[in-house]
Amino acid sequence: MTLTTPSAKLNSYRAGPDDRGFFGLYGGRFVAETLMPLILDLERAYEAAKADPGFSAEIAFLNTHYAGRPSPLYHAERLTDHFRAQSKTGGGAKIYLKRDELNHTGSHKINNCIGQILLARRMGKTRIIAETGAGQHGVAVATVCAKYGMGCEIYMGATDIERQSPNVARMMLLGAKLNPVTSGAGTLKDAMNEALRDWVTNVHDTYYIIGTAAGPHPYPAMVRDFQSVIGRETREQMVALEGRIPDTLVACIGGGSNAIGLFHPFLDDKSVAIYGVEAGGHGIDIHNGHAASMTGGTPGVLHGNRTYLLQDADGQIEEGHSISAGLDYPGVGPEHSWLKDSGRVTYVPATDTEALDALKLCTRLEGIIPALEPSHALAYVTKLAPTLPCDNLLVMNLCGRGDKDLFTVAKALGIKI
Amino acid sequence: MTTPTRIDRRFAALKAAGKKALVCFVTAGDPDFETSANILAGLPKSGADVIEVGMPFSDPMADGPAIQASSLRALKSGQNMIKTLKLVADFRKTDPDTPIVLMGYYNPIYVYGNERFLTDAKAAGVDGLIVVDVPPEADDELCLPAIRHGLNFIRLATPTTDAARLPAVLANTSGFLYYVSITGITGSAAPVATDVHSQVARIKASTKLPVAVGFGVRTGEQARAIAEGADGVVVGSALVTAIQQSLDKEAHATVKTVPAVLDLVSSIAGVLKSA
Ligand SMILES: Cc1ncc(COP(=O)(O)O)c(C=O)c1O
Repeated sequence: MTLTTPSAKLNSYRAGPDDRGFFGLYGGRFVAETLMPLILDLERAYEAAKADPGFSAEIAFLNTHYAGRPSPLYHAERLTDHFRAQSKTGGGAKIYLKRDELNHTGSHKINNCIGQILLARRMGKTRIIAETGAGQHGVAVATVCAKYGMGCEIYMGATDIERQSPNVARMMLLGAKLNPVTSGAGTLKDAMNEALRDWVTNVHDTYYIIGTAAGPHPYPAMVRDFQSVIGRETREQMVALEGRIPDTLVACIGGGSNAIGLFHPFLDDKSVAIYGVEAGGHGIDIHNGHAASMTGGTPGVLHGNRTYLLQDADGQIEEGHSISAGLDYPGVGPEHSWLKDSGRVTYVPATDTEALDALKLCTRLEGIIPALEPSHALAYVTKLAPTLPCDNLLVMNLCGRGDKDLFTVAKALGIKI
Repeated sequence: MTTPTRIDRRFAALKAAGKKALVCFVTAGDPDFETSANILAGLPKSGADVIEVGMPFSDPMADGPAIQASSLRALKSGQNMIKTLKLVADFRKTDPDTPIVLMGYYNPIYVYGNERFLTDAKAAGVDGLIVVDVPPEADDELCLPAIRHGLNFIRLATPTTDAARLPAVLANTSGFLYYVSITGITGSAAPVATDVHSQVARIKASTKLPVAVGFGVRTGEQARAIAEGADGVVVGSALVTAIQQSLDKEAHATVKTVPAVLDLVSSIAGVLKSA
């Protein structure tokens, strides 16, 4: 029975999902019949591509020459010093930032889009659709569509269009058609509903590039695989720099793609402590005031998978809130839900205010303006790092740059621009 | 399923009479519980042979604007699963014969608790379920338990359900098969009738189940054209649009609301049954 059998072999956290797309209780393929044949088709195409060395070679080539990988693993000396000065125990972890904000298009989202556009081409699809929250995924999709001359339509919530206007301009410049979504609160969840409605209508020529490690199987596993380049590089780079693997990993969680990308290659290394940071918004205790689906939600079924959701007692999905458009989603990828229940990864929230403070700190101490999403991860690092010993090697995924957030941040901090 | 259900009996009776089934969809609690109860109570006399009662959901991913809005109106008026089951139980007090199918998405059921839901639905007088986002690949989740509770589990077949896949879709389906006439969401443009006929013929070659065709049907003429070769038609978006157009500025029911739906059903039934 799917409900009780853990998908991973007992001695591995890396074996999931099972052949029906489940990570234990979570995941699966909960979609309308119209989409079911397409999802099965996609699964077959992805399995075939994985078995083809030409596919991974093509991805590797584009990662190097188009996206600019590997991204540096950077020792953040002044942040390290700052946390050491705050340590009450004379400790303070050695902070490394995985610089995925330096990728082409400014975030980790390009890693996934390169993989999926190549798959779409193999499948003979000619039209690409996608949802976007912060616009980083939309920009990455529009970018690869421009590169390959594919038609591109992006669904984006009206609220997000307003708070991420620089990315809106980029998508339009790249030739994407932007479809504003006004249903619900006009954020990521609503954009995903509309993208699914488009897909159900245009089944023959359209490929849906989901932007995070969520949705029906095989998306969660496939997006994870494409993002795992982050963790694989981190492992090699840390061994080269320090002669060993890291002790602590921290990443922010929207749908969970940058996080699972960093975490997955380390899941079976028992010595590595792993933290996922959710959007605590106005505070976890405030009803509908946060987007921390694992810390403050319950299991349910939405957008093709079973996972932790923000919902009421009747199973109606709540909107949630985060200052960060990329984390403002009432669900999370199913593998994270499973890693939470299994206890392998610890999930914690960081509030809007804590994230803003972390953004300022990183900017002033390191000369790097992080996006609001990884600022949540850094907010937790500011609490965690001072409690760890000096020889603790901590890697935080700096998965996006902050240019897109300047208007939101300026407004929140009272800066006139 | 050994004993015929209300759905089986109704389709058999219509077939014996040489009539097509008119299947009517409305959302539970749209625009409010009481008006919704009055609409349901009036549907059989207006010509509805089977009633699909929508379980409102915040994120109806397979539905177009009309049913999305209908779902949101219901939720706004305070509808929830408990009230939806009560609506059916109230209907059953005065109508022992008309089949009721609950239709919607999995999450509100899952959160209510699958076993609790199946028990309560059966007790309320529900006859069948259509759960849009639980495909045959997940039959052990809800479909097989529903059958054990004596409920029909009605599946959708679509233009993308090809010959290789159709047996899986039919395997545990009972009551009737719902053929979705287009790739798309509810409330889209009507399909070309002749395309539907060949698809329905393809499906009927593989099953003895009655086939009802839906998505995009708004008028009696369309219903009659689409129903040719099938056993019935489903009308949904047109009915909830009639509700919406009858509301006042605050989106509350007016004296026109119940008749707006029932008159439309009567007119569609009149044309369909004259076939
Ligand atoms: C920079 C950045 N980080 C993180 C996220 C959240 O997504 P995920 O959790 O899939 O990495 C987004 C989403 O838009 C983003 O733009």
